[in-house]
Amino acid sequence: MRRLVIDTAVIAERNLLRLPREPSLLTAFTIQPIMFVLLFRYVFGGAIRTDYSNYADFLIPGIIVQNIAFGGFVTALGLNEDLHKGLIDRFRSLPMARAAVLAGRTLSDVVTNALSMLILLVVGLIIGFSFNTSVLDAIAGIVLLLLFGYAWSWFFAWIGLLAKSAESANSVGFIAVFPLTFVSSAFVPVSTFPSALRAFARVNPFTLMVNAMRYLWQHGPGVGVSNVWWSLLWIAGIFAVFAPIAVARYRRATG
Amino acid sequence: MSTGDGFTSGVEDSRGHSPSAAISVRGVEKSYGEVRALAGVDLDVEAGTVLGLLGPNGAGKTTLVRVLTTLLKPDAGQAFVSGLNVVEQARELRERIGLAGQYAAVDENLTGLENLTMVGRLYGSTRRVAKARGRELLERFDLVEAGGRPVKTYSGGMRRRLDLAAALVARPPVLFLDEPTTGLDPRSRLGLWDVIEDLVAEGATVLLTTQYLDEADRLADRIAVIDHGTVIAEGTSDDLKSRVGGMRLEVTLEEGSDASAAVRSLEGFGEDRPVVENGQVKVSVRERRGAIVEAARRLGDAGIGVDDLVLRRPTLDDVFLTLTGHAAEEAKADEAAEVVGSGG
Repeated sequence: MRRLVIDTAVIAERNLLRLPREPSLLTAFTIQPIMFVLLFRYVFGGAIRTDYSNYADFLIPGIIVQNIAFGGFVTALGLNEDLHKGLIDRFRSLPMARAAVLAGRTLSDVVTNALSMLILLVVGLIIGFSFNTSVLDAIAGIVLLLLFGYAWSWFFAWIGLLAKSAESANSVGFIAVFPLTFVSSAFVPVSTFPSALRAFARVNPFTLMVNAMRYLWQHGPGVGVSNVWWSLLWIAGIFAVFAPIAVARYRRATG
Repeated sequence: MSTGDGFTSGVEDSRGHSPSAAISVRGVEKSYGEVRALAGVDLDVEAGTVLGLLGPNGAGKTTLVRVLTTLLKPDAGQAFVSGLNVVEQARELRERIGLAGQYAAVDENLTGLENLTMVGRLYGSTRRVAKARGRELLERFDLVEAGGRPVKTYSGGMRRRLDLAAALVARPPVLFLDEPTTGLDPRSRLGLWDVIEDLVAEGATVLLTTQYLDEADRLADRIAVIDHGTVIAEGTSDDLKSRVGGMRLEVTLEEGSDASAAVRSLEGFGEDRPVVENGQVKVSVRERRGAIVEAARRLGDAGIGVDDLVLRRPTLDDVFLTLTGHAAEEAKADEAAEVVGSGG
Protein backbone atom coordinates (compact mmCIF):
# COMPACT_ATOMS: atom_id res chain seq x y z
CA MET A 1 0.00 0.00 0.00
CA ARG A 2 2.84 2.33 0.87
CA ARG A 3 4.43 1.37 -2.41
CA LEU A 4 1.25 2.21 -4.31
CA VAL A 5 1.08 5.66 -2.73
CA ILE A 6 4.73 6.47 -3.49
CA ASP A 7 4.64 5.10 -7.04
CA THR A 8 1.39 6.94 -7.77
CA ALA A 9 3.01 10.15 -6.58
CA VAL A 10 6.10 9.52 -8.73
CA ILE A 11 3.96 8.97 -11.84
CA ALA A 12 1.77 11.97 -11.08
CA GLU A 13 4.84 14.14 -10.62
CA ARG A 14 6.22 12.92 -13.93
CA ASN A 15 2.95 13.83 -15.69
CA LEU A 16 2.98 17.29 -14.19
CA LEU A 17 6.66 17.92 -14.94
CA ARG A 18 5.98 17.63 -18.64
CA LEU A 19 3.13 20.11 -18.68
CA PRO A 20 5.13 23.33 -18.84
CA ARG A 21 7.22 21.74 -21.63
CA GLU A 22 4.29 21.10 -23.90
CA PRO A 23 3.06 24.52 -24.95
CA SER A 24 0.06 23.10 -26.83
CA LEU A 25 -1.19 21.33 -23.72
CA LEU A 26 -0.64 24.37 -21.59
CA THR A 27 -2.61 26.52 -24.02
CA ALA A 28 -5.42 23.99 -23.94
CA PHE A 29 -5.58 24.50 -20.18
CA THR A 30 -5.28 28.22 -19.95
CA ILE A 31 -5.81 30.33 -23.07
CA GLN A 32 -8.60 28.23 -24.58
CA PRO A 33 -11.04 28.39 -21.64
CA ILE A 34 -10.34 32.08 -21.20
CA MET A 35 -11.26 32.63 -24.86
CA PHE A 36 -14.46 30.67 -24.27
CA VAL A 37 -15.36 32.85 -21.32
CA LEU A 38 -14.78 36.03 -23.29
CA LEU A 39 -16.65 34.67 -26.32
CA PHE A 40 -19.76 33.77 -24.36
CA ARG A 41 -19.69 36.77 -22.08
CA TYR A 42 -19.21 39.43 -24.75
CA VAL A 43 -20.27 37.87 -28.07
CA PHE A 44 -23.17 35.49 -27.36
CA GLY A 45 -24.00 36.65 -23.84
CA GLY A 46 -25.89 39.75 -24.87
CA ALA A 47 -28.39 37.67 -26.85
CA ILE A 48 -28.95 35.03 -24.15
CA ARG A 49 -31.81 35.61 -21.70
CA THR A 50 -31.50 33.96 -18.29
CA ASP A 51 -33.12 34.38 -14.91
CA TYR A 52 -29.87 35.96 -13.75
CA SER A 53 -29.39 39.70 -13.76
CA ASN A 54 -25.74 39.12 -14.64
CA TYR A 55 -24.85 36.59 -17.40
CA ALA A 56 -21.36 36.11 -15.91
CA ASP A 57 -22.95 34.57 -12.80
CA PHE A 58 -24.84 32.16 -15.06
CA LEU A 59 -21.90 31.43 -17.34
CA ILE A 60 -18.92 30.78 -15.05
CA PRO A 61 -20.22 27.58 -13.35
CA GLY A 62 -21.13 26.25 -16.81
CA ILE A 63 -17.76 26.98 -18.35
CA ILE A 64 -15.87 25.58 -15.38
CA VAL A 65 -17.84 22.32 -15.48
CA GLN A 66 -17.21 22.01 -19.20
CA ASN A 67 -13.54 22.69 -18.73
CA ILE A 68 -13.17 20.22 -15.88
CA ALA A 69 -14.68 17.45 -17.98
CA PHE A 70 -12.30 18.20 -20.83
CA GLY A 71 -9.36 18.14 -18.41
CA GLY A 72 -9.32 14.35 -18.77
CA PHE A 73 -8.05 14.76 -22.33
CA VAL A 74 -4.53 14.99 -20.94
CA THR A 75 -4.99 11.51 -19.52
CA ALA A 76 -6.34 10.14 -22.80
CA LEU A 77 -3.52 11.59 -24.89
CA GLY A 78 -0.80 10.87 -22.35
CA LEU A 79 -1.78 7.23 -21.80
CA ASN A 80 -2.14 6.65 -25.51
CA GLU A 81 1.32 8.04 -26.11
CA ASP A 82 2.86 6.06 -23.23
CA LEU A 83 1.31 2.90 -24.57
CA HIS A 84 2.53 3.33 -28.13
CA LYS A 85 5.97 4.63 -27.32
CA GLY A 86 6.81 1.72 -25.05
CA LEU A 87 6.88 3.66 -21.78
CA ILE A 88 4.17 1.44 -20.31
CA ASP A 89 6.42 -1.54 -21.08
CA ARG A 90 9.21 0.07 -19.15
CA PHE A 91 6.89 0.71 -16.20
CA ARG A 92 5.65 -2.85 -16.29
CA SER A 93 9.17 -4.24 -16.26
CA LEU A 94 9.86 -2.31 -13.04
CA PRO A 95 9.02 -3.63 -9.57
CA MET A 96 6.49 -0.84 -9.06
CA ALA A 97 2.84 -1.03 -8.01
CA ARG A 98 0.81 -2.01 -11.07
CA ALA A 99 -2.10 0.28 -10.34
CA ALA A 100 0.17 3.31 -10.03
CA VAL A 101 0.27 4.13 -13.74
CA LEU A 102 -3.47 4.79 -14.01
CA ALA A 103 -3.80 6.12 -10.47
CA GLY A 104 -0.93 8.56 -11.01
CA ARG A 105 -2.31 9.64 -14.34
CA THR A 106 -5.77 10.45 -13.02
CA LEU A 107 -4.34 12.03 -9.89
CA SER A 108 -2.30 14.49 -11.93
CA ASP A 109 -5.52 15.50 -13.71
CA VAL A 110 -6.88 16.64 -10.35
CA VAL A 111 -3.93 19.01 -10.05
CA THR A 112 -4.29 20.38 -13.58
CA ASN A 113 -8.05 20.68 -13.13
CA ALA A 114 -7.54 22.66 -9.93
CA LEU A 115 -5.14 24.91 -11.80
CA SER A 116 -7.46 25.61 -14.71
CA MET A 117 -10.38 26.11 -12.31
CA LEU A 118 -8.36 28.72 -10.49
CA ILE A 119 -7.56 30.53 -13.74
CA LEU A 120 -11.21 30.52 -14.80
CA LEU A 121 -12.39 31.74 -11.41
CA VAL A 122 -9.96 34.65 -11.54
CA VAL A 123 -11.07 35.56 -15.07
CA GLY A 124 -14.69 35.12 -13.94
CA LEU A 125 -14.25 37.47 -11.01
CA ILE A 126 -12.72 40.05 -13.35
CA ILE A 127 -15.68 39.95 -15.76
CA GLY A 128 -18.28 40.25 -13.01
CA PHE A 129 -18.89 36.80 -11.51
CA SER A 130 -19.31 36.65 -7.73
CA PHE A 131 -19.98 34.07 -5.01
CA ASN A 132 -23.25 34.63 -3.17
CA THR A 133 -23.05 31.81 -0.63
CA SER A 134 -21.04 30.83 2.43
CA VAL A 135 -17.35 29.94 2.21
CA LEU A 136 -18.26 26.37 3.12
CA ASP A 137 -20.72 26.09 0.23
CA ALA A 138 -18.17 27.57 -2.18
CA ILE A 139 -15.55 25.06 -1.06
CA ALA A 140 -18.06 22.22 -1.31
CA GLY A 141 -18.59 23.31 -4.91
CA ILE A 142 -14.86 23.17 -5.64
CA VAL A 143 -14.60 19.69 -4.13
CA LEU A 144 -17.61 18.54 -6.14
CA LEU A 145 -15.98 19.85 -9.31
CA LEU A 146 -12.72 18.03 -8.62
CA LEU A 147 -14.63 14.79 -7.99
CA PHE A 148 -16.52 15.26 -11.25
CA GLY A 149 -13.25 15.83 -13.11
CA TYR A 150 -11.69 12.80 -11.45
CA ALA A 151 -14.56 10.54 -12.53
CA TRP A 152 -14.27 11.81 -16.13
CA SER A 153 -10.52 11.16 -16.08
CA TRP A 154 -11.32 7.44 -15.87
CA PHE A 155 -13.56 7.73 -18.90
CA PHE A 156 -10.69 9.41 -20.75
CA ALA A 157 -8.20 6.84 -19.46
CA TRP A 158 -10.36 4.17 -21.05
CA ILE A 159 -10.56 6.12 -24.32
CA GLY A 160 -6.80 6.68 -24.31
CA LEU A 161 -6.09 2.97 -23.87
CA LEU A 162 -8.67 1.99 -26.48
CA ALA A 163 -7.67 4.39 -29.25
CA LYS A 164 -5.20 3.44 -31.98
CA SER A 165 -3.57 6.85 -31.93
CA ALA A 166 -3.56 10.09 -29.99
CA GLU A 167 -5.54 11.74 -32.81
CA SER A 168 -8.33 9.20 -32.62
CA ALA A 169 -8.36 9.40 -28.80
CA ASN A 170 -8.78 13.11 -29.25
CA SER A 171 -11.68 12.90 -31.66
CA VAL A 172 -13.52 10.10 -29.82
CA GLY A 173 -13.28 12.01 -26.55
CA PHE A 174 -14.41 15.18 -28.22
CA ILE A 175 -17.38 13.59 -29.96
CA ALA A 176 -18.51 12.04 -26.68
CA VAL A 177 -18.13 15.05 -24.44
CA PHE A 178 -18.92 17.97 -26.74
CA PRO A 179 -22.69 17.31 -27.15
CA LEU A 180 -23.00 16.57 -23.44
CA THR A 181 -21.64 19.97 -22.53
CA PHE A 182 -23.64 21.95 -25.07
CA VAL A 183 -26.96 20.15 -24.68
CA SER A 184 -26.98 21.14 -21.04
CA SER A 185 -27.71 24.17 -18.93
CA ALA A 186 -24.08 25.28 -19.15
CA PHE A 187 -24.51 28.19 -21.56
CA VAL A 188 -28.24 28.77 -22.10
CA PRO A 189 -31.37 27.97 -20.08
CA VAL A 190 -32.63 24.48 -20.89
CA SER A 191 -36.21 25.81 -21.15
CA THR A 192 -35.36 27.30 -24.56
CA PHE A 193 -34.57 23.85 -26.07
CA PRO A 194 -37.02 21.87 -28.23
CA SER A 195 -38.76 19.24 -26.10
CA ALA A 196 -36.68 16.21 -27.09
CA LEU A 197 -33.41 17.97 -26.36
CA ARG A 198 -34.91 19.36 -23.18
CA ALA A 199 -35.70 15.85 -21.94
CA PHE A 200 -32.10 14.81 -22.62
CA ALA A 201 -30.67 17.95 -21.07
CA ARG A 202 -32.65 17.52 -17.85
CA VAL A 203 -30.96 14.18 -17.05
CA ASN A 204 -27.61 15.07 -18.59
CA PRO A 205 -24.95 14.91 -15.85
CA PHE A 206 -23.58 18.21 -17.10
CA THR A 207 -26.89 19.97 -16.48
CA LEU A 208 -27.16 18.49 -13.02
CA MET A 209 -23.56 19.36 -12.28
CA VAL A 210 -23.83 22.93 -13.57
CA ASN A 211 -27.04 23.41 -11.59
CA ALA A 212 -25.36 21.99 -8.50
CA MET A 213 -22.59 24.56 -8.92
CA ARG A 214 -25.13 27.36 -9.35
CA TYR A 215 -26.75 26.20 -6.15
CA LEU A 216 -23.51 25.89 -4.16
CA TRP A 217 -21.95 29.13 -5.38
CA GLN A 218 -24.96 31.38 -5.80
CA HIS A 219 -28.20 29.81 -4.56
CA GLY A 220 -29.30 30.77 -8.06
CA PRO A 221 -32.95 30.99 -9.12
CA GLY A 222 -34.67 27.68 -9.84
CA VAL A 223 -31.83 25.36 -8.72
CA GLY A 224 -32.12 23.28 -5.55
CA VAL A 225 -29.84 21.17 -3.41
CA SER A 226 -31.14 18.01 -5.13
CA ASN A 227 -28.82 18.80 -8.04
CA VAL A 228 -25.87 18.21 -5.71
CA TRP A 229 -27.13 14.73 -4.78
CA TRP A 230 -27.88 13.84 -8.40
CA SER A 231 -24.40 15.01 -9.38
CA LEU A 232 -22.79 12.88 -6.70
CA LEU A 233 -24.77 9.94 -7.97
CA TRP A 234 -23.60 10.58 -11.54
CA ILE A 235 -20.00 10.95 -10.35
CA ALA A 236 -20.21 7.64 -8.51
CA GLY A 237 -21.82 6.05 -11.57
CA ILE A 238 -19.24 7.32 -14.06
CA PHE A 239 -16.44 6.21 -11.77
CA ALA A 240 -18.03 2.82 -11.09
CA VAL A 241 -18.37 2.11 -14.81
CA PHE A 242 -15.22 3.56 -16.30
CA ALA A 243 -12.57 2.86 -13.62
CA PRO A 244 -13.01 -0.93 -13.84
CA ILE A 245 -13.17 -1.01 -17.65
CA ALA A 246 -10.14 1.27 -17.89
CA VAL A 247 -8.21 -1.03 -15.54
CA ALA A 248 -9.34 -4.09 -17.49
CA ARG A 249 -8.34 -2.42 -20.73
CA TYR A 250 -4.94 -1.55 -19.24
CA ARG A 251 -4.40 -5.19 -18.31
CA ARG A 252 -5.37 -6.36 -21.78
CA ALA A 253 -3.56 -3.66 -23.70
CA THR A 254 -0.35 -4.49 -21.92
CA GLY A 255 -0.69 -8.26 -21.44
CA MET B 1 13.47 -26.32 -41.40
CA SER B 2 16.34 -28.40 -42.67
CA THR B 3 18.52 -27.99 -39.63
CA GLY B 4 17.87 -30.98 -37.48
CA ASP B 5 21.44 -31.63 -36.39
CA GLY B 6 23.87 -30.85 -33.62
CA PHE B 7 23.55 -27.16 -33.06
CA THR B 8 20.18 -26.85 -31.39
CA SER B 9 22.34 -27.14 -28.21
CA GLY B 10 22.19 -29.99 -25.76
CA VAL B 11 18.64 -29.32 -24.65
CA GLU B 12 17.15 -31.91 -26.96
CA ASP B 13 18.08 -34.69 -24.54
CA SER B 14 17.48 -33.00 -21.19
CA ARG B 15 14.27 -31.19 -20.42
CA GLY B 16 15.62 -29.98 -17.09
CA HIS B 17 16.62 -26.37 -16.60
CA SER B 18 20.33 -25.82 -16.44
CA PRO B 19 21.20 -24.86 -12.84
CA SER B 20 24.10 -22.58 -13.76
CA ALA B 21 22.13 -20.68 -16.40
CA ALA B 22 21.09 -17.07 -15.76
CA ILE B 23 18.34 -17.56 -18.33
CA SER B 24 16.76 -20.93 -18.96
CA VAL B 25 13.83 -21.42 -21.32
CA ARG B 26 11.98 -24.68 -22.04
CA GLY B 27 9.21 -25.18 -24.53
CA VAL B 28 7.89 -21.63 -24.41
CA GLU B 29 4.96 -20.97 -26.73
CA LYS B 30 2.92 -17.88 -27.41
CA SER B 31 0.28 -17.25 -30.04
CA TYR B 32 -1.65 -14.18 -31.05
CA GLY B 33 -4.81 -15.54 -32.56
CA GLU B 34 -3.68 -17.42 -35.63
CA VAL B 35 -0.10 -16.23 -35.47
CA ARG B 36 2.30 -18.48 -33.61
CA ALA B 37 4.88 -16.00 -32.39
CA LEU B 38 6.76 -18.57 -30.32
CA ALA B 39 6.45 -22.22 -31.25
CA GLY B 40 8.38 -23.95 -28.47
CA VAL B 41 11.59 -22.13 -27.63
CA ASP B 42 14.44 -23.81 -25.71
CA LEU B 43 17.35 -21.67 -24.68
CA ASP B 44 20.06 -21.34 -22.01
CA VAL B 45 22.29 -18.40 -21.24
CA GLU B 46 25.16 -18.96 -18.83
CA ALA B 47 25.69 -16.28 -16.19
CA GLY B 48 28.09 -13.57 -17.27
CA THR B 49 27.80 -14.28 -20.99
CA VAL B 50 26.09 -12.57 -23.89
CA LEU B 51 23.60 -14.44 -25.99
CA GLY B 52 22.78 -12.90 -29.34
CA LEU B 53 19.27 -13.79 -30.40
CA LEU B 54 19.42 -13.39 -34.12
CA GLY B 55 16.48 -13.40 -36.45
CA PRO B 56 14.56 -11.44 -39.04
CA ASN B 57 11.61 -9.20 -38.22
CA GLY B 58 8.71 -11.25 -36.99
CA ALA B 59 10.84 -14.23 -35.99
CA GLY B 60 9.64 -13.98 -32.38
CA LYS B 61 12.59 -12.17 -30.79
CA THR B 62 10.59 -9.39 -29.20
CA THR B 63 7.89 -11.78 -28.03
CA LEU B 64 10.52 -13.90 -26.27
CA VAL B 65 12.03 -10.84 -24.61
CA ARG B 66 8.56 -9.78 -23.46
CA VAL B 67 7.98 -13.21 -21.93
CA LEU B 68 11.35 -13.17 -20.15
CA THR B 69 10.84 -9.65 -18.79
CA THR B 70 7.41 -10.56 -17.32
CA LEU B 71 5.50 -8.38 -19.77
CA LEU B 72 3.78 -11.33 -21.40
CA LYS B 73 2.55 -14.65 -20.05
CA PRO B 74 3.52 -17.62 -22.21
CA ASP B 75 0.77 -19.99 -23.38
CA ALA B 76 2.95 -23.00 -22.57
CA GLY B 77 6.43 -23.87 -21.35
CA GLN B 78 8.56 -22.52 -18.54
CA ALA B 79 11.23 -19.89 -18.22
CA PHE B 80 13.56 -18.97 -15.40
CA VAL B 81 15.62 -15.80 -15.21
CA SER B 82 18.14 -15.42 -12.42
CA GLY B 83 16.62 -18.54 -10.90
CA LEU B 84 13.13 -17.04 -10.72
CA ASN B 85 10.07 -18.25 -12.61
CA VAL B 86 9.00 -15.50 -14.99
CA VAL B 87 5.30 -16.11 -14.33
CA GLU B 88 5.07 -17.17 -10.70
CA GLN B 89 7.86 -14.98 -9.36
CA ALA B 90 7.38 -12.04 -11.72
CA ARG B 91 7.37 -9.49 -8.94
CA GLU B 92 10.69 -10.54 -7.41
CA LEU B 93 12.18 -10.94 -10.85
CA ARG B 94 11.45 -7.35 -11.84
CA GLU B 95 13.93 -6.24 -9.15
CA ARG B 96 16.67 -8.15 -10.93
CA ILE B 97 16.31 -7.39 -14.62
CA GLY B 98 16.88 -4.39 -16.83
CA LEU B 99 15.12 -3.89 -20.14
CA ALA B 100 16.15 -1.59 -22.95
CA GLY B 101 13.89 -1.73 -25.96
CA GLN B 102 14.02 -0.86 -29.61
CA TYR B 103 11.42 1.83 -28.99
CA ALA B 104 13.70 3.71 -26.60
CA ALA B 105 11.16 3.92 -23.82
CA VAL B 106 12.07 7.16 -22.16
CA ASP B 107 9.81 10.14 -21.54
CA GLU B 108 10.42 12.74 -24.24
CA ASN B 109 9.25 15.61 -22.12
CA LEU B 110 11.43 14.87 -19.13
CA THR B 111 15.13 15.62 -19.00
CA GLY B 112 17.64 12.78 -19.00
CA LEU B 113 18.20 13.16 -15.26
CA GLU B 114 14.46 13.32 -14.51
CA ASN B 115 13.95 10.12 -16.47
CA LEU B 116 16.64 8.25 -14.58
CA THR B 117 15.48 9.63 -11.23
CA MET B 118 11.92 8.55 -11.97
CA VAL B 119 13.03 5.02 -12.81
CA GLY B 120 15.19 4.86 -9.67
CA ARG B 121 12.27 5.91 -7.49
CA LEU B 122 10.04 3.31 -9.11
CA TYR B 123 12.65 0.73 -8.13
CA GLY B 124 12.06 1.94 -4.58
CA SER B 125 14.97 4.34 -4.02
CA THR B 126 14.53 7.64 -2.26
CA ARG B 127 14.62 10.75 -4.41
CA ARG B 128 18.13 11.61 -3.20
CA VAL B 129 19.58 8.18 -3.92
CA ALA B 130 17.79 7.95 -7.28
CA LYS B 131 19.13 11.32 -8.34
CA ALA B 132 22.69 10.47 -7.33
CA ARG B 133 22.50 7.20 -9.28
CA GLY B 134 21.05 9.11 -12.24
CA ARG B 135 24.01 11.51 -12.24
CA GLU B 136 26.42 8.59 -12.07
CA LEU B 137 24.80 6.97 -15.10
CA LEU B 138 24.69 10.21 -17.08
CA GLU B 139 28.42 10.51 -16.56
CA ARG B 140 29.04 6.95 -17.58
CA PHE B 141 26.96 7.26 -20.76
CA ASP B 142 28.46 10.57 -21.74
CA LEU B 143 25.20 12.46 -21.26
CA VAL B 144 26.22 14.89 -18.53
CA GLU B 145 25.78 17.96 -20.69
CA ALA B 146 22.47 16.79 -22.09
CA GLY B 147 21.22 15.57 -18.71
CA GLY B 148 19.32 18.78 -18.00
CA ARG B 149 17.60 18.98 -21.40
CA PRO B 150 14.27 17.38 -22.34
CA VAL B 151 14.84 14.11 -24.16
CA LYS B 152 12.97 15.32 -27.24
CA THR B 153 16.05 17.40 -28.07
CA TYR B 154 18.28 14.27 -28.07
CA SER B 155 19.68 12.49 -31.12
CA GLY B 156 18.73 8.86 -31.75
CA GLY B 157 22.00 7.60 -30.33
CA MET B 158 21.64 9.72 -27.17
CA ARG B 159 18.14 8.38 -26.63
CA ARG B 160 19.34 4.80 -26.86
CA ARG B 161 22.13 5.52 -24.42
CA LEU B 162 19.64 7.01 -21.99
CA ASP B 163 17.34 4.04 -22.48
CA LEU B 164 20.23 1.74 -21.70
CA ALA B 165 21.14 3.84 -18.67
CA ALA B 166 17.53 3.53 -17.45
CA ALA B 167 17.82 -0.25 -17.71
CA LEU B 168 20.92 -0.14 -15.48
CA VAL B 169 19.52 2.03 -12.71
CA ALA B 170 19.11 -0.85 -10.26
CA ARG B 171 22.35 -2.62 -11.31
CA PRO B 172 20.44 -5.67 -12.53
CA PRO B 173 22.41 -8.90 -12.95
CA VAL B 174 20.49 -9.77 -16.13
CA LEU B 175 19.96 -7.36 -18.99
CA PHE B 176 17.63 -7.62 -21.96
CA LEU B 177 18.51 -5.46 -24.93
CA ASP B 178 15.85 -5.65 -27.62
CA GLU B 179 17.42 -4.50 -30.88
CA PRO B 180 19.49 -1.83 -29.14
CA THR B 181 20.89 -0.32 -32.33
CA THR B 182 18.02 -0.69 -34.81
CA GLY B 183 17.59 2.52 -36.74
CA LEU B 184 20.82 4.12 -35.54
CA ASP B 185 23.42 5.61 -37.84
CA PRO B 186 26.71 3.65 -38.09
CA ARG B 187 28.64 5.94 -35.77
CA SER B 188 26.05 5.79 -32.98
CA ARG B 189 25.91 2.06 -33.44
CA LEU B 190 29.64 1.70 -32.88
CA GLY B 191 29.38 3.93 -29.81
CA LEU B 192 26.61 1.80 -28.37
CA TRP B 193 28.56 -1.37 -29.04
CA ASP B 194 31.44 -0.03 -26.94
CA VAL B 195 29.05 0.68 -24.11
CA ILE B 196 27.53 -2.79 -24.25
CA GLU B 197 30.98 -4.40 -24.31
CA ASP B 198 31.89 -2.48 -21.15
CA LEU B 199 28.76 -3.77 -19.43
CA VAL B 200 29.59 -7.31 -20.29
CA ALA B 201 33.14 -6.88 -19.05
CA GLU B 202 31.61 -6.04 -15.65
CA GLY B 203 29.96 -9.42 -15.51
CA ALA B 204 26.36 -8.79 -16.53
CA THR B 205 24.43 -11.51 -18.30
CA VAL B 206 22.97 -10.09 -21.47
CA LEU B 207 20.35 -11.32 -23.88
CA LEU B 208 20.59 -9.19 -26.96
CA THR B 209 18.23 -9.44 -29.89
CA THR B 210 19.32 -8.19 -33.24
CA GLN B 211 18.69 -8.57 -36.91
CA TYR B 212 22.21 -7.41 -37.66
CA LEU B 213 24.60 -10.27 -38.11
CA ASP B 214 27.67 -8.17 -37.51
CA GLU B 215 26.22 -7.02 -34.21
CA ALA B 216 25.73 -10.59 -32.99
CA ASP B 217 29.17 -11.46 -34.32
CA ARG B 218 30.86 -8.70 -32.40
CA LEU B 219 28.96 -8.68 -29.10
CA ALA B 220 27.72 -12.19 -28.45
CA ASP B 221 29.55 -15.14 -26.89
CA ARG B 222 26.94 -17.45 -28.29
CA ILE B 223 24.34 -16.93 -30.95
CA ALA B 224 20.89 -18.45 -31.20
CA VAL B 225 19.23 -18.14 -34.57
CA ILE B 226 15.47 -17.82 -34.30
CA ASP B 227 13.02 -18.09 -37.17
CA HIS B 228 9.24 -18.60 -37.18
CA GLY B 229 9.19 -18.82 -33.41
CA THR B 230 11.77 -21.54 -32.85
CA VAL B 231 15.50 -21.63 -32.26
CA ILE B 232 16.87 -23.29 -35.37
CA ALA B 233 20.56 -23.20 -34.45
CA GLU B 234 22.70 -22.27 -31.50
CA GLY B 235 26.42 -22.05 -30.94
CA THR B 236 29.38 -19.72 -31.05
CA SER B 237 29.83 -17.56 -34.07
CA ASP B 238 32.61 -19.90 -35.25
CA ASP B 239 30.42 -22.98 -34.75
CA LEU B 240 27.74 -21.50 -36.88
CA LYS B 241 30.08 -20.33 -39.59
CA SER B 242 31.75 -23.71 -39.89
CA ARG B 243 28.33 -25.27 -40.40
CA VAL B 244 27.95 -23.49 -43.65
CA GLY B 245 31.06 -25.04 -45.00
CA GLY B 246 34.64 -24.08 -45.60
CA MET B 247 36.44 -21.23 -47.24
CA ARG B 248 35.41 -19.54 -50.40
CA LEU B 249 37.63 -17.97 -52.94
CA GLU B 250 36.43 -14.69 -54.40
CA VAL B 251 37.97 -13.34 -57.55
CA THR B 252 37.45 -9.80 -58.79
CA LEU B 253 38.27 -9.50 -62.49
CA GLU B 254 39.79 -6.58 -64.31
CA GLU B 255 37.37 -7.13 -67.19
CA GLY B 256 33.86 -8.27 -66.34
CA SER B 257 33.62 -9.88 -69.78
CA ASP B 258 36.21 -12.46 -68.71
CA ALA B 259 33.77 -13.97 -66.23
CA SER B 260 32.83 -17.06 -68.20
CA ALA B 261 36.47 -17.72 -69.08
CA ALA B 262 37.35 -17.45 -65.41
CA VAL B 263 34.58 -19.88 -64.47
CA ARG B 264 35.97 -22.35 -67.02
CA SER B 265 39.51 -22.07 -65.77
CA LEU B 266 38.49 -22.57 -62.12
CA GLU B 267 36.29 -25.57 -62.83
CA GLY B 268 37.19 -28.55 -60.68
CA PHE B 269 38.94 -26.25 -58.22
CA GLY B 270 36.41 -26.84 -55.47
CA GLU B 271 33.54 -29.18 -54.84
CA ASP B 272 30.99 -27.09 -56.67
CA ARG B 273 31.01 -25.19 -59.92
CA PRO B 274 32.26 -21.61 -59.69
CA VAL B 275 29.47 -19.02 -59.78
CA VAL B 276 29.35 -15.37 -60.80
CA GLU B 277 27.81 -13.08 -58.20
CA ASN B 278 27.89 -9.29 -58.14
CA GLY B 279 30.64 -9.25 -60.74
CA GLN B 280 32.82 -11.63 -58.72
CA VAL B 281 33.64 -15.22 -59.46
CA LYS B 282 33.20 -17.36 -56.35
CA VAL B 283 34.17 -20.93 -55.72
CA SER B 284 34.44 -23.14 -52.65
CA VAL B 285 37.91 -24.28 -51.58
CA ARG B 286 38.80 -27.85 -50.58
CA GLU B 287 42.20 -27.16 -49.12
CA ARG B 288 43.21 -23.77 -47.83
CA ARG B 289 46.93 -24.27 -48.31
CA GLY B 290 48.16 -23.18 -51.72
CA ALA B 291 44.68 -22.26 -52.87
CA ILE B 292 45.47 -18.68 -53.78
CA VAL B 293 48.66 -19.58 -55.63
CA GLU B 294 46.89 -22.32 -57.56
CA ALA B 295 43.99 -20.05 -58.48
CA ALA B 296 46.33 -17.26 -59.58
CA ARG B 297 48.29 -19.71 -61.73
CA ARG B 298 45.17 -21.03 -63.47
CA LEU B 299 43.79 -17.58 -64.15
CA GLY B 300 47.20 -16.35 -65.32
CA ASP B 301 47.53 -19.32 -67.71
CA ALA B 302 44.15 -18.43 -69.20
CA GLY B 303 45.34 -14.85 -69.68
CA ILE B 304 42.65 -13.38 -67.41
CA GLY B 305 43.49 -10.11 -65.63
CA VAL B 306 42.80 -10.28 -61.89
CA ASP B 307 42.06 -7.20 -59.80
CA ASP B 308 41.67 -8.92 -56.44
CA LEU B 309 41.79 -12.42 -55.08
CA VAL B 310 40.66 -13.30 -51.53
CA LEU B 311 39.97 -16.32 -49.39
CA ARG B 312 36.95 -15.62 -47.28
CA ARG B 313 35.44 -17.50 -44.37
CA PRO B 314 31.65 -17.63 -44.50
CA THR B 315 29.91 -14.74 -42.75
CA LEU B 316 26.91 -14.94 -40.52
CA ASP B 317 24.96 -13.72 -43.52
CA ASP B 318 25.84 -16.96 -45.26
CA VAL B 319 24.89 -18.87 -42.12
CA PHE B 320 21.58 -17.14 -41.99
CA LEU B 321 20.83 -17.78 -45.59
CA THR B 322 21.75 -21.45 -45.26
CA LEU B 323 19.72 -21.97 -42.09
CA THR B 324 16.58 -20.07 -42.92
CA GLY B 325 16.54 -20.20 -46.68
CA HIS B 326 16.20 -16.45 -46.78
CA ALA B 327 18.46 -13.51 -46.08
CA ALA B 328 18.30 -11.66 -42.78
CA GLU B 329 16.69 -8.57 -44.19
CA GLU B 330 13.83 -10.44 -45.83
CA ALA B 331 10.72 -11.83 -44.20
CA LYS B 332 9.14 -8.42 -43.90
CA ALA B 333 5.79 -10.09 -44.41
CA ASP B 334 6.08 -11.50 -40.91
CA GLU B 335 6.65 -8.09 -39.47
CA ALA B 336 2.95 -7.44 -39.01
CA ALA B 337 2.73 -10.40 -36.68
CA GLU B 338 5.44 -9.01 -34.48
CA VAL B 339 3.87 -5.57 -34.43
CA VAL B 340 0.55 -7.06 -33.38
CA GLY B 341 2.45 -8.97 -30.73
CA SER B 342 4.32 -6.10 -29.20
CA GLY B 343 1.58 -3.52 -29.55
CA GLY B 344 -0.92 -5.67 -27.73
